[in-house]
Amino acid sequence: MAEVEETIKRIQSQKGVQGIIIVNAEGIPIKSTLDNSSTVQYAGNVHQLLLKARGMVRDIDPQNDLTFLRVRSKKNEIMIAPDKDYFLIVIQNPTE
Amino acid sequence: MEIVYVYTKKRSEFGRQCNFSDRPAELHVDILPDISLAANFTVRDPCNVTVQCAEEMSEHEVNTERFESESRGINHVEGGWPKDLNPEDMEVTIRYRKKVEKDEHYQNTIMQIAGLMEHCCKQNNATDIYQEFFEEEDDEVVEESEEQPSAKTINVFRDPNEVKRTATSLCWHPDGNHKLAVAYSSLEFQRAPNDMSFDSYIWDIENPNKPEMTLKPVSPLVCLEYNPKDSHILVGGSYNGQIAYWDTRKGSQPAEMSTIEHSHRDPVYKVIWLQSKTGTDIFSASTDGQVLWWDIRKMSEPFERLVLDPSKKGNLDNALGAVSLEFETTMPTKFMVGTEQGLVVSCNRKAKTPAEKIVCTYSGHHGPIYALQRNPFFPKNFLTVADWTARIWSEDIKESSIMWTKYHMAHLLDGCWSPVRPSVFFTVKMDGTLDVWDILFKQNDPTLSLKVCDEALCSIRVQDNGRFLGCGSQLGTTTLLEVSAGLCTLQKNEKAMMFERETKREKILEARHREMRLKERSRSEQSREDEGKEADGEESTEELVARAEREFFDIMEAEKKKEWNEERQREKVKDVLLLEAPSSIYNPESWVEKALL
Repeated sequence: MAEVEETIKRIQSQKGVQGIIIVNAEGIPIKSTLDNSSTVQYAGNVHQLLLKARGMVRDIDPQNDLTFLRVRSKKNEIMIAPDKDYFLIVIQNPTE
Repeated sequence: MEIVYVYTKKRSEFGRQCNFSDRPAELHVDILPDISLAANFTVRDPCNVTVQCAEEMSEHEVNTERFESESRGINHVEGGWPKDLNPEDMEVTIRYRKKVEKDEHYQNTIMQIAGLMEHCCKQNNATDIYQEFFEEEDDEVVEESEEQPSAKTINVFRDPNEVKRTATSLCWHPDGNHKLAVAYSSLEFQRAPNDMSFDSYIWDIENPNKPEMTLKPVSPLVCLEYNPKDSHILVGGSYNGQIAYWDTRKGSQPAEMSTIEHSHRDPVYKVIWLQSKTGTDIFSASTDGQVLWWDIRKMSEPFERLVLDPSKKGNLDNALGAVSLEFETTMPTKFMVGTEQGLVVSCNRKAKTPAEKIVCTYSGHHGPIYALQRNPFFPKNFLTVADWTARIWSEDIKESSIMWTKYHMAHLLDGCWSPVRPSVFFTVKMDGTLDVWDILFKQNDPTLSLKVCDEALCSIRVQDNGRFLGCGSQLGTTTLLEVSAGLCTLQKNEKAMMFERETKREKILEARHREMRLKERSRSEQSREDEGKEADGEESTEELVARAEREFFDIMEAEKKKEWNEERQREKVKDVLLLEAPSSIYNPESWVEKALL
């Protein structure tokens, strides 16, 4: 448990990181550094996006699988690391 | 041949019940074939009969009703909690979360994906992975490729009312340019239909189906302007002469209206926000000959008034009706008024007496001046759009405009400069065409002429980035157009090249005019002395004509010589001045003056 905390703190301390959210497969945010409403919004939207992205990757090549998803927008970058049961969302403001 | 069967009944039997009975069929009429008639006909053999075995189709037209859409957001609610858990309950959720965190599977998974994530975060911080290389090269390539100037329609906003009104004025929202306020009214005198709506709309560019906001004035608005400092406030001048202002946060009704007694007596054609400390000053112009200054906090009466009387006596009967106003924030003491009579009056706000307020007038147009605007880069030059031409003037030269377009086939109804390129301006015509002029590229014709709609285009406004422009038509259709990049990016040396030539030419012409006039005056003084000595010195018309001819040829000779000398000089200096012929010769006024002496 302590390692998990430590890892999260490490990511948090990276330059430009605005928030971290850990969501489980049902969409329940387990851990979050943002306020509740934003967390819920991110969790819901990212979940859907992940399903679509994973579906697309496997559709093109069934042997393939989604390992990472980056969504870069004007203001920041949303990075999503999926897994079978949980996924980790990090919002970072990339240094230009 | 009629076959008739008559039913009869005795009158005494009327009203008696009907007794029906069966009887066998009776033959009443038997028409036998008459063979003699067959002689009138010939047997047709063979018979041609056309038969088609095809599907029967019918044509129908269907048009869907206008689709009104509204954007709404979704509110996300937490879900996924197990059935027995109440998500509102803080303790239970915390306990659940803690339980999950203790799970080993969770820990392993997180360790894995966190490692991956860290790598990417560091990557982001290390370098911009989406950096564009060779950006400068791309720019150069674009410049070299000659792009055809073009404009295309992006969106069309139609007046949602049944009775269509003219879109008389447009104004872009000062920040962000995502909204367009359009004033609708019918400028046809007393021809506005009874059920015409008075509303004006604010449109969101992205949604052409439904206006974002409606403004409900007491009388239709002829002009509408956003406050450049506060984007929630709009002021509108209405058809009955009143001024009203709206606060978009407060709703569709005007926040305040000017009192009728102190307002204009004719439609208010233009209203402009002034540069002031409070940011609440406006001034308005109308064809009743007055220019009024208002403070929107106190709309009961204007705080200043100017009567456009060219004789400077403040006489309202002599006044010129104002149709357009011009004010540049960089020159806050001066402003210009375009009149119905075709004169542009330049005025000074800070003059002590009303007589001094009117500084000078510029004449040259034949009809009301619908648009008047200074060039944003060269404030000394301004554009006027009236009758069938558009003219560019220089403030210093009061004789005539320095540049003018040819006379078009249709009236020009509005025009404006491009805010990003000093040499580009736009005009709209009564036949629905939009002309884009680039005076550095081509002076005789518009660089681009585009037919926007079939009815007259009454107003045009360019957005501050110079890329988008909106034009309003007589039937209330506002079209949003995008102009190609070539027409809205500043070219090199553009600022340096503008107007030097034309201004120089006009100065020379003006000097020559003055010389001619001085000569005339001295000659007329002499001839008057001569005439005084003669007893009945009336010249006959023939002699007059002969004299006029002689004088004409003398002048021609003199001018030719002058031109010749000048050309020699010109070649030395290597300046190209476009002088076709000195206009004084072809100026009928001066010719007639001389003939009547």
